[in-house]
Amino acid sequence: MTRIDAKFADLRAQGRKAFVAYVMAGDPDYDKSREIILGLPGAGVDVIELGMPFTDPMADGETIQLAGQRALEGGQTLAKTLQIARDLRSTDNTTPIVMMGYYNPIYSRGVDRFLAEAKEAGIDGLIVVDLPPEEDDELCIPAQKMALNFIRLATPTTDDARLPKVLTNTSGFVYYVSITGITGAANAEATNVGPEVARIKAQTDLPIIVGFGIKTPEAAEAIASVADGAVVGSAIVAEIAAGKSVAEVLAFVKSLADGAHRA
Amino acid sequence: MPEDLINSFMTGPDENGRFGDFGGRFVSETLMPLILSLEAEYEHAKTDESFWAEMDFLWKHYVGRPSPLYHAERLTEHLGGAKVYMKRDELNHTGAHKINNVLGQIILARRMGKTRIIAETGAGQHGVATATVCAKFGLKCVVYMGAHDVERQAPNVFRMRLLGAEVIPVTSGRGTLKDAMNDALRDWVTNVRDTFYCIGTVAGPHPYPAMVRDFQAIIGKETKEQMMEAEGRLPDTIIAAIGGGSNAMGLFFPFLDDKTVNIIGVEAGGKGVNEKMEHCASLTGGRPGVLHGNRTYLLQDDDGQILEGFSISAGLDYPGIGPEHSWLHEIGRAKYVSITDVEALEAFQLCCALEGIIPALEPSHALAHVMKIAPTLPSDHIICMNMCGRGDKDIFTVAKHLGFDMKI
Repeated sequence: MTRIDAKFADLRAQGRKAFVAYVMAGDPDYDKSREIILGLPGAGVDVIELGMPFTDPMADGETIQLAGQRALEGGQTLAKTLQIARDLRSTDNTTPIVMMGYYNPIYSRGVDRFLAEAKEAGIDGLIVVDLPPEEDDELCIPAQKMALNFIRLATPTTDDARLPKVLTNTSGFVYYVSITGITGAANAEATNVGPEVARIKAQTDLPIIVGFGIKTPEAAEAIASVADGAVVGSAIVAEIAAGKSVAEVLAFVKSLADGAHRA
Repeated sequence: MPEDLINSFMTGPDENGRFGDFGGRFVSETLMPLILSLEAEYEHAKTDESFWAEMDFLWKHYVGRPSPLYHAERLTEHLGGAKVYMKRDELNHTGAHKINNVLGQIILARRMGKTRIIAETGAGQHGVATATVCAKFGLKCVVYMGAHDVERQAPNVFRMRLLGAEVIPVTSGRGTLKDAMNDALRDWVTNVRDTFYCIGTVAGPHPYPAMVRDFQAIIGKETKEQMMEAEGRLPDTIIAAIGGGSNAMGLFFPFLDDKTVNIIGVEAGGKGVNEKMEHCASLTGGRPGVLHGNRTYLLQDDDGQILEGFSISAGLDYPGIGPEHSWLHEIGRAKYVSITDVEALEAFQLCCALEGIIPALEPSHALAHVMKIAPTLPSDHIICMNMCGRGDKDIFTVAKHLGFDMKI
């Protein structure tokens, strides 16, 4: 059982919905992002998505892309991103950390080397946007063998015929992408998301977490109420981009977490 | 099965879209169903006679195919070695090979009931070709173009707008061709129901590299027939310039199993293939990675971050290369070299002066390599290079480099 499985078992026992927060490692600089990330569990975050910067984030909107650029300009590397996870683990051994990003930096490092380092750093799962089930041999299967969860995205274009393919080899939770589009774009609508979550739940026992287009505590509450939890990324990253202090960013994160937990 | 069929280089990609280890389908889940349905549609069209009848008709009456195979006599004489031929794809409607592929994709889009076409463009030739065919068929056309390229290729931007396309300058990332491709993919992910993504080169997720190659293979197919007619035999060497590599793949593909034919791809060497990365030579200066849906050779740093290429030619300014080229490079069936900006400019001027042909800067790279090797080869050695585009779009860039004031 990974920390992700344990966390969701715990939340289920308490009848609580999960709040998942995405922060780009190294944005706006290493020290500040480290401070924000280490503060996330205290702000009510149940699962941390640790963004790995990439020059060409094809599924992301401007907010996340610029965050990645700031991080890379500040000298962020995959090794430094893993170091932030390691630092968090020295103070918190229960909050799951999921690394989220694109395949090339991982492939460039070497899959086996990356997985060994991620495991050692205390990473629990991976979300790699550009690895659909058709490419499972690349990273998904090797990660599962290392007992790292491989969390897959399901989208509005994943129809019932395709869904089993997406759910096979998925573990930890399923990340339902609420809209066709990029991160930080259109608003997610609970009335559309509810039936989709039910559709996926008919085919899996894994928790369904919904992300993309959730920007406010109210939206986090509305979406979490029709799923097992909600993810917020761009809205938090936008606060960091606006130059807010660590305390202000974490206060905003707490308001989002409270929203999701009210659901 | 005869041995030469078993050993064919022409059977790829496999069912997973792989050429050896290269290619594949590295896209987000939102796009997977779209590329699978495109693959199904293309597989059907490939063996559908009515599809190819429509292509042939338009190639002949709209594009002006077959393009001539031309013996460059004065250039041959000047170089004093091998006999040089040019495949004149710059004479196509819209001035480059790009339209060969666009026609195929737009016919597919129409068959799939898509009403909105998006494309990325670097030099603007693919954008112009896409805008042209969309105008012909009354389809809405949106072209993503790096803000930097919008500036240096102003005539093509105006052409696209005249043809009714919406040109969106891309400022995300560094505002270059790769960023234009990112933004086109973002558009596609957002507008999945009505939109068809018309990719301009032999890259992207499967089936694009194979599909674009098949549409461009008309270049090599005609060259083969025309060379048999002119010389009664195949050429000894074929040469083409490579950015993403579609004109090269189009020329090379029909010759892959003709083992006597040397195949040479010419990458953009920019200011020289060095550690400062002031070039776009993915094969000679990069290493394998994953970008824009496929595994291929890429310009990247030690941490797997993609680097910007550099070239005088906007059409070659891409940090990757089609996956089939990566495979041909690794198995050694084709050889890849690089040519610098300075060498390409020399070839550009020589071609104007000796043959009365103003070449695009892209094929000027191929021509520069011809100039390097032709003098070392005997007069019965036949070289054919692909003159894949005309240079009208480049005269401003060239004037600037030659210190000529174009202000009127």
